[in-house]
Order: sequence, then C-alpha cells, then structure tokens
Amino acid sequence: MDPHSHAIYTEGLVKRYGKTTALAGLDLAVPPGMVQGVLGPNGAGKTTLVRILATLLRPDAGRAQVGGFDVARQPDKVRNLIGLTGQFAAVDEDLTGRENLLLIARLLELSRRAARRRADELLERFGLAEAGGRLAKTYSGGMRRRLDLAMGLVGEPRVLFLDEPTTGLDPRSRGDVWDMIRDLVAAGTTVLLTTQDLDEADRLASRIAVIDRGRLIDSGTPAELKAKVGGQSLDVRPAEPGQLAKVGAIVAEAAGSTGVPNERDGVISAALAPGVSGTEALAAVSHRLGQAGIDVTELALRLASLDEVFLTLTGGKE
Amino acid sequence: MSPIRTARHGLTLAWRSMTKLRHSPDQLLDVIMFPIVLVLVFVFLFGNAVAGSTHAYLQYVLPGIAVQALMFASLGIGLGLNTDLRNGIFDRFRSLPIARSAPLIGYILGDVVKFLLSLVLVFALGAIVGFRTRGSALAILAACLLIMVFAFAVSWVTALLGLLAKSPAAVTAFSFVLIMPLTFGSSVFVPTGRLPGWLQAWVKINPVTDVSNAARGLMLSLPLGGAAAASLLWALGIVVVFAPLATWAYRRQQG
Repeated sequence: MDPHSHAIYTEGLVKRYGKTTALAGLDLAVPPGMVQGVLGPNGAGKTTLVRILATLLRPDAGRAQVGGFDVARQPDKVRNLIGLTGQFAAVDEDLTGRENLLLIARLLELSRRAARRRADELLERFGLAEAGGRLAKTYSGGMRRRLDLAMGLVGEPRVLFLDEPTTGLDPRSRGDVWDMIRDLVAAGTTVLLTTQDLDEADRLASRIAVIDRGRLIDSGTPAELKAKVGGQSLDVRPAEPGQLAKVGAIVAEAAGSTGVPNERDGVISAALAPGVSGTEALAAVSHRLGQAGIDVTELALRLASLDEVFLTLTGGKE
Repeated sequence: MSPIRTARHGLTLAWRSMTKLRHSPDQLLDVIMFPIVLVLVFVFLFGNAVAGSTHAYLQYVLPGIAVQALMFASLGIGLGLNTDLRNGIFDRFRSLPIARSAPLIGYILGDVVKFLLSLVLVFALGAIVGFRTRGSALAILAACLLIMVFAFAVSWVTALLGLLAKSPAAVTAFSFVLIMPLTFGSSVFVPTGRLPGWLQAWVKINPVTDVSNAARGLMLSLPLGGAAAASLLWALGIVVVFAPLATWAYRRQQG
C-alpha cells in the first residue's frame, strides 16, 4: 500500500510508558477527505495515537505519516498540515475568544489584517461573534468547545484531530459540533475522530477502527462492522410496562434465543439465534402478541447496534 | 527555524502575556500587594523599634523590599508554564509550526515588564512615604538592573518548579517554601549584625543578603563591599545550575 496516497498512515506503531504499553503495533491507513472514527475503551491507546500523529509524542517503534510526512523526522511539515482539538478545551481562559484566535493566527504568521479577518470569520462561523470580546473563562462548555475547534481551524488544516470533541457537552451543543465536522469534511478535510460515544462514531464516521490494548481489533464502515458481528435483533416495546415479562417470553421464543432477553428503557430486545429468519421471527412475534391481546408501541427488526459490536469485539470490557 | 521567525513567535507570545496582564491586572497586584503591605507594616509598626525612627528604617528596608517583590514576581514564569502545561494550551503551541523556544521567550519578555512594573510600584510607594535615594541616577539604574538580573536567575528555579509540579497550587506552595526563608532570613529587614549568631550564619550565605546589601549600597551611596560582585556571581551560579535543569525538563515535556 502506498503510504503517500493516505492522509494518515501508521505501521507497527509502538509506544510504552514504563511498563504500560499504550500502543502495541498499531496499523492504520486513512484515505483523504473522510472522517475516520477511532473507537475504544479508556486506556485503549486512542489519545496516545492522536498525540503521536500531532507530533506531541515520539513513537518507540514503527512509523507514522501525516499527509505523506513522517511525524518524527519532519514534524514541522506535519505541523503545517494539522489542526488539533484536545480532550479538554485548550483555550486560554484569560484571553477573549477573539484574542485566542488572533494569537493562533499570528503564530501562524498571518499578517495583522489577515489575522483579524480570519478571527472574525471563525467567530461568525462558530456562533461566537457576539461573545468574541468576552474572556473565555466566562464561556459555557459548548462555547468553549466551539472556540477550541475554531482555534484548531485557523490554519485551514488538511488533517484535523478531534480527541473526544463532544465529551461532556449537552445534546444540542453536540449536534452543533457534529454539523461543523460534517461541513469540514464536505470541504475536503480529513478528520480523525476518537470517541467513546458509539452513536457519535455511527453518525459521523465513514470508517471506524476499533482499538483495544493498543492494537487494531477491527475496522470497516459502521454497517460492515455491524454486519460482521452478524446478528439481527428483535425489539419490542409493550404499551403497558406491566406486560414486559409476558412480552419477553414471546420475543425470546420467536427469536429462538435460549437466554433471557434484554430489557432496557421499557424495550425488550433479543438477538436472533443463528438460522432463524428475520421475517419469520417478526411474523411470529406479531401473531403471538395479537393472540395474547398485547398492544405494542414499537416492533422492529434491526442490525446489531455499534454498542453490541463494540462489546463483542473488545470482549465485553466496559 | 530562523532567528527572525523565532523572535516573531516569541513576540506574539509576549503579546499574549501582556494582554492577559491588561485583562486581569490583579495577577500583578497579588505580587505587589505583599511588599506594599510589608513596607507599611515594617516601616510604621516596627520601624521605631528596629532603627529608632520610621524614617531611618524606611531608608534601610525599601531596597530590600524591592528585592523581595521581584522574588515573588519571579513566580510568574513557573505559574505560567504550569498552567499552560496542565490545561493543554502548551500542547496546542507544540502542534503549531513555531520555534520550540518561542513559549519560553514569551514568558521571559512578559516577565521583563512585570519586573519593571513591580520596581516602579515599590519605589513610587517608597517615595510617597518618604524614601529618599542618595545615589546617582546611574547607581539607581544599576541597583534596579542588579535586582532584575538576580530575579531572572531565580526565574529558572521557578520555571523548573513549574515544569515539574502537578498543579499551579503546588508551584505556589513550593515557591513560598523557597522564597520565605530566602527573603526573611536575610538582611532585607534587619541588619545582619543584630541577628542571633545561628541565624547570622544562614543570613551571611544567603544570596538575597548580598543582593539587598548591593541594592541598598547603590541607592544610598554606601560602601558596597563585595556585595554587587557576590550578587552577580550568585546569579550566574543559579543560572549555570538551573537553566540546564529547566531546559531538560522543558525538553522532557516535548515527549
């Protein structure tokens, strides 16, 4: 595989901290212009991977390239291409939002005028135009994260690293950040997104790499990963919560599953046993429910969720 | 990285220090308030007891108070480094195509301004309450320069603390443990000869004694003895030991 055709390319990447091995030979190839999700439990090596790619950390073995440049040998070339948004918003709290952006723009050697224009443009785009003159320490969590993201974009990076960009945000701010990421990718930026949030990976990433204990366990599109784990599952939500047990028995029988079906938030969910046809199971459930006179508000046959994929692949940790 | 670009990056980061100072001048006030309170307390409360008159004591103590003020101001770089390291700003700088030394240059240039402001404030307050220098303009300038040179040397120590400490609060705590015995256990407040013997032993080897004796000598036209030379030697010694250590700790942060 030609590493130069990839926005991000790593081969046998190893990083140890004392006795702990954060990365144990990680291979990753990300083509340009897409969102690559990196999914893994805490301590899987996600942040270490981002820090190496962003030239903040040197790998102990293996190699890593960004935009065709080696991160260890040509760090300044790499730094010209990348933008970084950290796990916690790295903004200077004692500067205003606008000054934070000006600082980065001036460090990137934009002229005074160009820096001002760029700062205003980004404030506008990230909904911070009115708050631009206020100190960043007065910002809400969502505003701070948007400013952080804006600071990562001052240099119009070709490759953007987003390390858990929506951790701790309320659903609305999360949606805002997601929209911005989609816009960036539409404009040709490559995004490496680490997250523990499966929903986020499912919505944003065109490809997902699942890593655990510093190794790549699996990768593919969200649909491929879900199909690989294979299972379909049958979900039923009874109108009366009192009928959960009765519904559970019916669903389990139709799915041909031997275990007790899952119940979460009032929804009974059972994985189809191998060899059971989805159509037949669905028909059987609806027939039996009708016979028993049980009303349902939801009845669905679906592919396993990324949550289930994740748990299966990482061996049920977390 | 060319020197011109390095300087440009350093200046931009110094602009950051200045802008922060403009937004919250209280960070400077913290540093200044302590010596101001000391001037007032020592001069008006203890002045009579120590020197026979508040006026005489003020002449004695003020140059030393300036030294102490800059000792506390030298905390700035340690606190700044530590805060930037812990909250992720430093990582952002390191992910940019700028000179590795630019953040350090930024802190140092920022400190020049803080040191100057501290000196101006202490001496302005001193003049208001009755401090009168007898030295020439050149001698006063030399005294201020000497205090600043020594404060810069101490900055390497607080920079090292800032690079190693877990939190800004730890930097402050460590620095106070360092600065308190250095400033109070010196000739800043009481002439060495009037102290008990065991304390004299410490005061005599304490570099702050040399620096305040030299500053006092220059500002009041007193004989310097070897104080100025000793101060400069101390500053050099501190830099020789702590600059490489701080540089090592700084590089270590680069992964």
